[in-house]
Parts: sequence; C-alpha cells; structure tokens
Amino acid sequence: MNKRVAIVEDEPHIVESLRFILNRAGHDVIVADNGDAAIEIVKNDSPDIMVLDIMLPIKNGFEVLKWIRSQTRYRSLPVLMLTAKGQDKDRNTATSLGVDAFIAKPFSNDEVVDCVNRLLVAERPGG
Amino acid sequence: MLSTNVALVTSLLYVALLFLIAFYSERTTNEGYRRLLRSPAVYTLSISVYCTSWTFFGAVGSAVRTGLDFAAIYLGPTLIFVGWWFFLRKLVRIGKAHRITSIADLISSRYGKDPRLAVLATLVAVVGTTPYIALQLNAITTSFGVVSRSAPLSGAPDITTAFWLAIALATFTILFGTRNVDADEHHPGVVAAIAFEALVKLIALISVGLFVVFGIGGGVVSVFSLPEAQEVLKSEEAFGSRWMVLTMLSAVAIICLPRQFQVTVVENADERGLLTASWLFPTYLLLISLFVLPIAIVGLSTMPAGSNPDMFVLTLPMSERQDLLALFVFIGGFSSATSMVIVASIALSIMVSNHIVVPITLWLKRDSVKRSSDLRTILLTSRRFSIAGILLLGFLYFASSTQSDALASIGLIAFAGVAQFMPSIVGALFWRNGTALGATWALGAGFVIWLFTLLLPTFAGESGALADMIKHGLFGYELLKPYELFGLKGFDPLSHSLFWSLIVNSALLVLVSLATTQKPLERLQSALFVDVYRNVAGQEGRLIRRSATVDDLYILAQRIMGVPDATELFRNHAREQDIEGDMPLPDAAFIAQLERRLAAIIGGASARVLVSQVAIGETISLDEVIELVDETQQVLEYSQRLEQKSTELEQTASQLRYANEQLREMDARKDEFLSQVSHEVRTPMTSIRSFAEILRNTDNVDSEQNKRFLDIIHDESIRLTGLLDEILELGRLESGQMSMTLDQIDPEQSLQRALETSLGLAEASGVTLTSRVRTGSADVLAEPDRLTQVFINLISNAIHYNTSDSPRVEIESRLVGDRYEAIVSDNGPGIPANERDLVFKKFATGWSPGRDGHSGTGLGLAISNEIVKAFGGELLLVEDSDVAGATFKVSLPLAV
Repeated sequence: MNKRVAIVEDEPHIVESLRFILNRAGHDVIVADNGDAAIEIVKNDSPDIMVLDIMLPIKNGFEVLKWIRSQTRYRSLPVLMLTAKGQDKDRNTATSLGVDAFIAKPFSNDEVVDCVNRLLVAERPGG
Repeated sequence: MLSTNVALVTSLLYVALLFLIAFYSERTTNEGYRRLLRSPAVYTLSISVYCTSWTFFGAVGSAVRTGLDFAAIYLGPTLIFVGWWFFLRKLVRIGKAHRITSIADLISSRYGKDPRLAVLATLVAVVGTTPYIALQLNAITTSFGVVSRSAPLSGAPDITTAFWLAIALATFTILFGTRNVDADEHHPGVVAAIAFEALVKLIALISVGLFVVFGIGGGVVSVFSLPEAQEVLKSEEAFGSRWMVLTMLSAVAIICLPRQFQVTVVENADERGLLTASWLFPTYLLLISLFVLPIAIVGLSTMPAGSNPDMFVLTLPMSERQDLLALFVFIGGFSSATSMVIVASIALSIMVSNHIVVPITLWLKRDSVKRSSDLRTILLTSRRFSIAGILLLGFLYFASSTQSDALASIGLIAFAGVAQFMPSIVGALFWRNGTALGATWALGAGFVIWLFTLLLPTFAGESGALADMIKHGLFGYELLKPYELFGLKGFDPLSHSLFWSLIVNSALLVLVSLATTQKPLERLQSALFVDVYRNVAGQEGRLIRRSATVDDLYILAQRIMGVPDATELFRNHAREQDIEGDMPLPDAAFIAQLERRLAAIIGGASARVLVSQVAIGETISLDEVIELVDETQQVLEYSQRLEQKSTELEQTASQLRYANEQLREMDARKDEFLSQVSHEVRTPMTSIRSFAEILRNTDNVDSEQNKRFLDIIHDESIRLTGLLDEILELGRLESGQMSMTLDQIDPEQSLQRALETSLGLAEASGVTLTSRVRTGSADVLAEPDRLTQVFINLISNAIHYNTSDSPRVEIESRLVGDRYEAIVSDNGPGIPANERDLVFKKFATGWSPGRDGHSGTGLGLAISNEIVKAFGGELLLVEDSDVAGATFKVSLPLAV
C-alpha cells in the first residue's frame, strides 16, 4: 500500500526533485509551501510521514513540528527535517522538539529515501 | 538694688563653683563623666573661649559704633572651621605627634627646634596677648562698677578695682592651672571649667537678648522697626574693604591666638572632636551673636544719650529693675573674661617657662646638669610667676593706654599682633624649604612693624613724644609715621598695619629661607611636619644617632617627669626591648622617645638642649634625612603616578570593553552572515545535487524530463553564480573598496535606461509598466551604470513580487527642494509592517514568494542601498498603509 508523504518546502525546484525521487520509491506526495499549509495538510490529508524544511513562510518548520507534537491525534507522525543551515543549534532545537530524523541540504537522494522508508517501517501505532 | 557686696559675693561663689568643677574633673574616676570630658561637645565649648568679654559686652558696642563690623569677628572663625578644616586637622595631628606644648613650641620645633626662635615667638605671644588681657580687666571692672552702681554709667573704669581684680585673677589662675606639672600638658579640669563657663556666657547673653527683645522691645518686628534700627543697619562700613580685613583677621586669629592654640591643639583629647567642632562651633557663634543687633537697637532707643554701649547688655535689664537678670549677665560677662584670662595666661606661662626660664636655668647651671636637681620646682615656680607677670602686664597696659573706652579696638590690636604667627605656621605645615633664620626674620620684622604702627600709638596722649611721633614720624622722618608708613595713606590704622606687617613678614620668610641652607635638623623636622600623615614621629631614632648612659638619661628624666613617671617609662621600654630589669638599652630610638616625652613638658627646644647635655656623639645622618625627604617625595610621586596609571588603565579598560563589545557584535553579525550565505548557497546546491543524482542514477527518464532537469541544474548554477557575485559586490561596497567615479549626470537617463531594460521582464510577467510625471532634466553626482542598476533592481523587485491580478508598476520622478526623487511603486501585496525595518538588510527576502515562486537572494536592496549611500543619497521605503503595494523612493542631492 502506498504511503502518503507530505513535503513542506518553499523552493519549487527542491519540491520537484523530492516529488520525483519519492514517487519513484513508490510513495504518494502532497506538498505545502508554508507552515500554515503544512498544518492544514496534517489535519485534512492524514499523511504517513512529513519531510519538513525549517525556513518557511508564515510558520517555520520548528513551529509546525511543535504544533504536531502538541496534538494528541498527530503527535506520532514521523517527521524528517531538512535544513540548509545545517547548524548544530538547529539540530539540537529539532531534537528537543521531538524530530525523528534530520538531514542537511544538499542531501543525497538515497539518504532521504532510505530515511523515509525507515521511519515508515518504524511508524508508531495509531499514526 | 544690687550692692558691691552682692556682686562680689556672687563672683566669689561662682569662682568657687568653677574650682569644684575643675577639681572634680581631675580627680573623678566616674567613667561616664570622663567620657563626657573627652566628648566633642566639651571640646567645642572649650574652643568657645574665643568669645571673650569683647564678644559678650563689646559686640553690642561695636554694633552701635560701626554697624555690622562685629559680624566679621564671627564670620572669620566660621570660615576656618567649615572651610579650612584640613588645616586644623593637620595642626592637631602635628601637635599630638610631636607633643607640642604651645604655638611658640610649634614654630620653634618645626624650624629645627631653634631656642632663639622660641624666645621670639614667646615674646610676640606675650606682647600680643597683653592688650587682650587688659581688655578683660577693663570689661570686668566696668561691668562690676555698673552692676554695683559704684560708678556712673558713662564713667571711666576704676583703676583700683582693676588692680585687685588682676591680683585675684592671677591667684585664681595659679591655683587653677599650675597645681602640678602633668606628664603631658593636658588640663582636663581647666577644660571642664572653661566649657562650663562657655555655657554660662551663652545662656546669659541669650537670656538678656530674649528679655530685651520681648520684655522691652515688644517683639522682633517692633525692635527692627525702631528708628534706631536704621542707624545700626545702614552702616556704610558694612561689607566694605575694612569688613573683609576684619573677617580675614579673625580667621587668622582663631588659629594664631595662643589660647585658641592651647584649647584646639594642645588640650585636644581626640582628633575626631574637630569633626563635630567644625559645625558645632560655628553654631555656637551664631547663637551668641543672635541678639547683638536687637540689644544695640533697643539700647540706642531707650538708654540716655552718652551711655556706654559696651554695657547695654547690663544696663538695659538694670534700667527695667531686673536685678537678678543683671546679676546673671554680670556673671556671664565675668565668665567670658575669666575663661580667656585663665587659658591665655596658662598658655603664655607655659611658653615663658619652657622657652625662656628653663633655657636660662640650664645655661646658668650648665656645670651641674648631671646632678639630680629637680627642674619641676623651677617649672612650677616659673609658671606661677609668669602668670602673675602676664596679668601685671595686662594691668599696666590697661592703666596706661588711652583708648580703653572701646573694647573692640583693643581686641583687634591683639588679633593683629598674633596674626604675625600666620606666615610661619602656614610655612610650617605646607612648605618644606622654610628655615629658622627665615622664620626669625619674618616674625621679628612683622612684630616690630605691628608694635610701631599699632600698639605704640595706643599709648599716645594728646601731646608728648609719642603724639609728636605720630604727627611727624620717627625722629622726624616723614616716611616713618606710624599711621602712614612709607607714605602709604588712605587706610585705617588696622588695615595699614596689617598690610605692612604681613607683607614684610611673608616676604622675609620666603626670601631669607630661600637664601639660607637648611640645617640637617631643620630638614628633618620639615619632613616630619609637612608630611605628618606619612612620616610618623617615631622615626627620629633612625635619623639622629647619639648615645648616652642609661643612668644619665634616667636622672634627666626624673628631674623633669618625676620619679614615678620616669621609672615607668624606662621599665616599659626595657620590656619592649625584652630586657630583664628596669633599665632599657639607651639606643638612639629610646633617646628620641625620651626627648619627645620631655618635649611634652618643657617644649621641643629645651628638651633637645637637655638631652644634648647627656648624649654624646650626636650626628644627624644627612643621607638618611635626604632619603626620608626623598622617600616621601618619591612615595608621593609614585602614588600620583599610580593614580594616573590607574586612571589611564581604567580608561583603556573601558575602551577595551567597548571594542570587545563591538567585536562581539561584529562577530555575531559575521556568524549570522555566514550562516545566511551558507543557507543561500545550499539552496541552489540542493537542487543541483539532487537533479544530478536523479539523472545519474535513474535509467528511464524520458527526454522531456531529462531536458527539464538539466534546465533546472543550469538555472540554479546561474542563480548560484549571481548570488556569489552579489555577495562579493556587497562586500566591496560595504568595505568602501569599490571605486566609484562620481560624475555630474542626469539621473533621468539612467531611469530611462532601466525602464527600457525592464520592459521585457514586465511583458513576460504580464505587468503593466507605466511612467508618470517626470522631471525632464536635472543633474546629480553619481555613476550612471550603478544608478541604472539601482533603478533596475527596484523595478524588477516591483514586477517580481507583484502577485496582484492586474499587476501594475508605476515610475515617477520629481524635484523637491534641492533633491531629485525617483519613485517606484506597485500594487502588489506590499511589505508587512513588521518587515519594513528589515528590507534593506542582507538576505532579508521576506516570506511572500514572487511570481514564479522563487524569492530573491535578499541582497539586491542591500546593494542598492549601499550604492545610493555612496552617491550621498537615500533609498527609502515610503510607508503609506492606505495604498496597496510597496513604494520605494531614491532621493539624491542635486549637483550644485
């Protein structure tokens, strides 16, 4: 059964490449280009996993993550964070907010696909 | 009705009370009472011995005669106690450190313990004080006559009464002050009695003041509305040059009067008492002078013409039949006079015995010094005779001077006499180079001029040799007239005398001192005095080398200190040296200590002479003295340098702190910048890498997709290059490395070129580009290509971020005053209020995506901003919340 991956990213070219490789890996993709849209997707489209950028319009990735972890219904949604900043500070913030995986840009396609698959397998019950 | 007997008996009872107080104060073991005696309040009250019968009776007389003159006499001391506190403190510190016994001792000790200088200073003090004592005799005699009605109100004081009074005062003072020779010259009993008398005279004067104002005058307001008030207050003399002279003179007197030196310095029990006295004594002066003016006014208005105004305080209550009050006032005046006489004659007798009698005795008995004859008897006897002699002198002056009707003028003569000490004292405390010869010449010359110009003329009658001299000058020389010395005219006698005596005095001190070389002892003493806070007195032992046998020293000590005190001193020192038995090693340190103990009794000069007679081989190590002086100098300089250094350090530290903060901030900005650059670079890199991997690892990508992915890689590579170019450009702009050639150009041409360039982009984006009102032509200083770049940036931003359905961008330009303005506005979403401050910052792209979804690098506006700044202009975001869209304005100064 196909899994549904939510991509939250405001750079269209990056969205395009992520969509391509995740489709290839057999997943469905839904896209949000800002923080609010990401939350709407979580509420309405029940994704199985989220690939989340940090620098986003309106609400940034941390705020989205925090919101997800604060909601009983969605808190077990696996989240993979992608960031172009790649600083330890961001990694620590993400970890403390309960991120499941963290990959710095520019990423390797295989790494992202492997990571998504791994998180989907380990998906917590009730998600 | 008061009678002679009542006044006499009351006076005697009062004196008996004083005795009881003095006696109890010296013998008591009551700890609380002893603490009270050493308290600042008692110390301050004893300083109030400054207020004599001159103050008590004479201030009112002075107010009647010369208006506000009297206030200067209180103002001077107030200025010293409030403003020259440091001076008094140094004086007291030196006095205690060197066991100074009198003002003559201070001067002679400072200038090398010179015995001749001590004799001269004693002479000045005695002669200077004599008129003052005469003044007290005058006051008591006159007031006694008034209160006992034995003399007419305006009559001259009775000589016979004055004579018996002088005898009585002498007896009284001898009994009081010379009952024994104390180990140190402290007289707690005398101080207690003086303090008590200070209270009595203050309360008496306030009582009569209250009675006069409210009992006779009918209140403060009605007193000052009397016609006589105008007479007293409208004195032409007030606050003039004479007034200044009086203020200065009384300021000097509070330091130089022998009795003031005695109570302030010699009798001081605790240096901290000065702190209290610095405000309490001026308060006392204020209280005691409070009623002077009202009494003078009421006296003038109610007493018969020709009444002696000096006696108003007494005659006013008597005229109202307030005999008890009058008697109390008489006792108050008696208090003020006796306290002065007691302290002054004790102070003078110490000088006479220490500086004149003892040296003469020592010289006469120079062959038998080692025999155990008791000098103490000689000391006591000579002091007793001195007191008698001093009072006799006062009586003689009283009997023979002709100006005896005005109390104040006699007091001022005395002030001027002791003022001759001032230059030498100031030199003693603050000038290292003064010599004994300089001080001797200064004091001697000042004293002679004072004698000639002020004291001597007071003996002159209507005719006779003295009167002739005043008229025609000494030996007929016109230049030697006492009141017009060297032809100086137009001064009153007091100012005239002070002018000449103090100028000659100070000049000689400086000139003669500079012309003579300091002897080793003078040099040593000057270092110990001027730097008293640093050089403790105990250092002489290291500087003066001499030896003596302990037996000789012991005999010497017991001759002056008495057996018990001498034994104790020797035993204590032996214990300090860890020696068994009662006799210490007579080393230089011990000899120096003994000399200081002896100096406390017989004065520094005599003590030195005595010790020199038993000590041999005295050498003052000049090297050591110089070292001490230099050390002090060096310590001083070193501490000044240290202070300077530490100020510099502090400044440097604060500069460093500031620089460090700046660096920190810059470092934080740099980190932020790098992190943003990293982010901006990584974003296109991510696309490039990801699509490159797709193309490499995916087998069946159709050719259309293949082309699209390569296009993306290509576009992102170009974006990356542009980004790097912009970063470099901004870096050069910010660091000022970009060389720009500013020419006088027409900005309209740049704007036109930018418009043409942007047409293509606008068309492609479906944005309507309209050009509105334009200036036509103007000149600014700029570089045309750069200016075009700025305009293109603004226009393409306006196109790029305009997501409106019918997007429009409008360009206009205008001249406002001496500025050229180009305005680019759009009808897009505008810039949110919270991001307006950020638009010109690096990498501030805002979060609203552009038409193609891309946001810019965030460097364009920052670069444009830097360029416009380089042209001396401004790039502004026009804030107008009413209009949709964003409006940017380039404002450039017109070229002149």
